[in-house]
Amino acid sequence: MDRADLQARAWDAAASVPDPEVPCVTVADLGILRSVDIDADGVAVARVTPTYSGCPATLAIELAVETALREAGFETRVERVLSPAWTTNWIGADAREKLREYGIAPPVEASGSIRSLFGETEVACPRCGSTETARVSEFGSTPCKAHYRCEACLEPFDYFKCI
Amino acid sequence: MKEELFELLIRLGDDHLVLGHRVSEWCGHAPMLEEDLALPNIALDLIGQARSLYTYAGEVEGRGRDEDQIAYVRLERDYHNLLLTERPNGDFAHTIVRQLFFSVFMQAWWREAVKSTDETLAAIAAKAVKEAAYHVRHAAEWTIRLGDGTEESAHRMEEAVSALWPYTGEMFETDAVTEALAEAGIAPDPSSLKAEWDKVIADVFAEALLSAPDEAWQQSGGRKGRHGEEMGYLLADLQYIQRAYPDMTW
Repeated sequence: MDRADLQARAWDAAASVPDPEVPCVTVADLGILRSVDIDADGVAVARVTPTYSGCPATLAIELAVETALREAGFETRVERVLSPAWTTNWIGADAREKLREYGIAPPVEASGSIRSLFGETEVACPRCGSTETARVSEFGSTPCKAHYRCEACLEPFDYFKCI
Repeated sequence: MKEELFELLIRLGDDHLVLGHRVSEWCGHAPMLEEDLALPNIALDLIGQARSLYTYAGEVEGRGRDEDQIAYVRLERDYHNLLLTERPNGDFAHTIVRQLFFSVFMQAWWREAVKSTDETLAAIAAKAVKEAAYHVRHAAEWTIRLGDGTEESAHRMEEAVSALWPYTGEMFETDAVTEALAEAGIAPDPSSLKAEWDKVIADVFAEALLSAPDEAWQQSGGRKGRHGEEMGYLLADLQYIQRAYPDMTW
């Protein structure tokens, strides 16, 4: 098997790892898995980036990626990369749909600019689709989620916040 | 420049670890459930930022220290955090005002540090600046709600502003370390961020019906390891496991 095949096989193994907090999507769907390369010694080097600096799942994700690669027969090393900083823009359209089906409203747009102070975003309820929703708290069950409530169907839900 | 960079990373790492520890003290004690999620979330961000800074500090120093050795086994005088970050939580108003003062400063600091000539610091900043935006919004929204709230909440906010104002000047202090790093384009000159900080705080205070005290005498000393008495108690709590069971790991 040449290096390109090995690399593709290693990528597939690592990319299949589900996110520990949001298991409906994989670490590749979320853009957390940045790359998998085969180095000169044949070691599969996976690069992952944390979503938030303090995300407690980062370590679990690194371990799961390492395990998946070992199970696929690779010697492996996982590296943490900070640059470029992770952004919700890396979550693809398919993954956004999977999040919605799972009951988590997908991110609407990247924020983080100083102008976003007090900026309100329109978030659609993942259950009934209504945009009559209210933010309960900007901080939810995990660092990447905010807590919302639908005013139409009254369902509380998580919103995957933009960063 | 290595020594100055190391000192900067220790100062900044200590700011974030100590404040992160303080904020985490609210876990299980916040006035409402949403805040009991919000404050530990913010503490996690701060401690996560401290971890990146300490890990890099250990690399710059080159003596094989990792983040845990830097975080847990130094003596009080070796912590160079701002005195503001070690102030006790007090009531919710004190915590919110402390968050507002610090996060508005850090948002400006990180935004400048994204342009750092030091690649690793720029990468840490690119991540942290987005998190700081959430911290600013959280603190600013509470400041407005409580300042322009009931007589009791407004009174408590005024007390908190007046108690913590003397700890804000230290954020903008310059010395040989900050000057050398600013010169080299590694880190922003903190005094250059004062005008923006003043403006953001004034805007929030205007909506919150609060006023900034007249320029008062300012506390100083944290950057040189001179702390208030509360710091010893904080470290006793923070360092307990590593002191009781040296080198233990999970």
